[in-house]
Amino acid sequence: MKRLLAVFNTTAARLSALYLVLFTACAVFLVFYMTGSAARFLVNETQNAVVDEVRDLGQVYRRAGLRVLVREIDRRSRRPGANLYIIADNTGRILSGNVIALEPGVLDKEGWTENPFVYARFGDDVDVIEDREKAPHALAQVIVVNNGMRILVGRDLGEPQRFREIVRQALITALGVMALGGFLIWFFVGRRALQRIDRVSEASARIVAGDLSGRLPVTGANDEFDRLSASLNTMIEKISKLNDGLRDVSDSIAHDLKTPLTRLRNRAEAALARDGDDVKYRTVLEDMIGEADQLIKVFNALLLISRVEAGFSKQKLDEVDLAAIAGEVCELYEPLVEDAGMALVNEVEGPLPIPGNRELIGQAVTNLIDNAIKYGAKAGGKIIISASVDKATNTVRLSVADQGAGVADEDKERVKGRFVRLDESRTKPGSGLGLSLVSAIMSLHGGSLDLKDGEPGLKVILSFPVARS
Amino acid sequence: MKVLIIEDDTEAAAYLKKAMDEAGHTADVAHNGDDGYAMADTGTYDALVVDRMLPKRDGLSVISSLRAKGDMTPALVLSALGEVDDRVTGLRAGGDDYLTKPYAFSELLARLEVLLRRQNGVEHETRYQVGDLVLNRLSHEVQRSDQVIVLQPREYRLLEYLMRHSGQVVTRTMLLENVWDYHFDPQTNVIDVHISRLRSKIEKGFDKPLLHTIRGAGYMMRD
Repeated sequence: MKRLLAVFNTTAARLSALYLVLFTACAVFLVFYMTGSAARFLVNETQNAVVDEVRDLGQVYRRAGLRVLVREIDRRSRRPGANLYIIADNTGRILSGNVIALEPGVLDKEGWTENPFVYARFGDDVDVIEDREKAPHALAQVIVVNNGMRILVGRDLGEPQRFREIVRQALITALGVMALGGFLIWFFVGRRALQRIDRVSEASARIVAGDLSGRLPVTGANDEFDRLSASLNTMIEKISKLNDGLRDVSDSIAHDLKTPLTRLRNRAEAALARDGDDVKYRTVLEDMIGEADQLIKVFNALLLISRVEAGFSKQKLDEVDLAAIAGEVCELYEPLVEDAGMALVNEVEGPLPIPGNRELIGQAVTNLIDNAIKYGAKAGGKIIISASVDKATNTVRLSVADQGAGVADEDKERVKGRFVRLDESRTKPGSGLGLSLVSAIMSLHGGSLDLKDGEPGLKVILSFPVARS
Repeated sequence: MKVLIIEDDTEAAAYLKKAMDEAGHTADVAHNGDDGYAMADTGTYDALVVDRMLPKRDGLSVISSLRAKGDMTPALVLSALGEVDDRVTGLRAGGDDYLTKPYAFSELLARLEVLLRRQNGVEHETRYQVGDLVLNRLSHEVQRSDQVIVLQPREYRLLEYLMRHSGQVVTRTMLLENVWDYHFDPQTNVIDVHISRLRSKIEKGFDKPLLHTIRGAGYMMRD
């Protein structure tokens, strides 16, 4: 019962019920309209036949007189399938014809009877006219002849009535079949839909229970259910990937932050163990604050990466000038690069308007210059920032090139990951988050981060799409 | 100076209050937005430190209600949300400065002092002077003991900001924000290098240092 209710409660069932009702209403209207007009047409034909008959009989009367007319009527009334004929006297008593009884009052008025009347034919049961429903109906014309005699010529309405009856029967049968069919279709389609949805629910329950490798069933029919399942599967895929990423990151965080925390703790412990004066304690405490600040920075960077990856401000990309940002960052870093014994060369010529977030792009370029100083360091070397516009792909490329040792091909993708630090850089300060942040910022902008050989050194290329996609 | 701290985290609030007292200020604490608004509305405070997420009433709504009534008491917004967009929302609501948790207390104090001093009208002075160093904001000329010092535009802006806040600690992030208009943490000692260049220009050949490094906090221009 519950399942049956569930079937009724599907969208398919509701829709088919609605269509069934609408269709039935249309069909009923159509059939009534058609039977109505067909019946009217048949009544009309009946009347015409009566009119012809009356005209014939009138000619007989005018040509040969009443006696012949009576005989003619008598003759005609005996033919099989004859019209209805009555000859009555001025009191309404039936003298001749093929009708033995009829509704009272029909013969009183000359001309067309206003409504179909009931009658009984000669040879029929007279009582039949007591039952208006079952008695035959007819239309007739009453003619009053000179001496007060009344002649009635009429025609049975059985044919139009039978016709209407047949059509009504057919309609009722058709509606019945239709309703049954609709119900069956509704039941099976609804049940099928329900079964598929149940399968999807079961699969999602498994996924919710933690089995992210599970997928929703796709039947291959490529219908709306398949499409829905497919897009949900894509979503699960993405969630699963994010989940894996999250696990990797939390593992990395646990691993990479344990070291500085341990160091922090050990330093405090060592300071306590040693007798020291205020100045010594002070120095240790200040160093520890420095280390704690470094840790906070790492956390901030991580948080920023996840927020950027979540696309927190995708809707807030304003038009910014990439060249201006490059100029500002160069200006900020130039003294530092010079102090490191290198030169920062800004070859970017602007303006280069792109949709972007100035802060984030600034941060990205900053990180790249930072990296170039740390890992591309070579006395007298140059860090070159340049830009190019690719009209064909509608892309603006900003590149930061150093003349250091570069990055091996097999590491070029890997270094974009979180906390990834190449062996040769482990001795230098850093968190391994710089390029991850740049990578996240580039995907926020719908662009890409590419590492190329700068011959010598490393050339990092940021590609920004010019038009908002 | 009297500061109202509106912060629901009792431990953080107590720590802030203690640190304020030690720094020679008096501080009151409100633990939710409604109380905070009622206390701030008395108008007896020189500055407000408002956490963004508060029980009963959001911190930004407290500030914007005060602003709507014409109360311009400087307010520093504290928030665990720290991205550019959040900052803009915070400042738009009437906050005067925005600081992301976790923050260093020295950073908070430095920013609060700057907010308080902002009301003294130094913004509109045309001439800053620290010792014998004079900066003319109209002609953009810098002189020390009548000797003209030639500065790059950015160095000039850096010096201008430091001199406007002379006697106050100015942190590295404050400098990056106000001179370069970037709000991220500089990963390396970028600001230090700029300061040391500026220092060599304004102090070379003179006995008395004017631009001091405050360990663990930032810099200060002082006679």
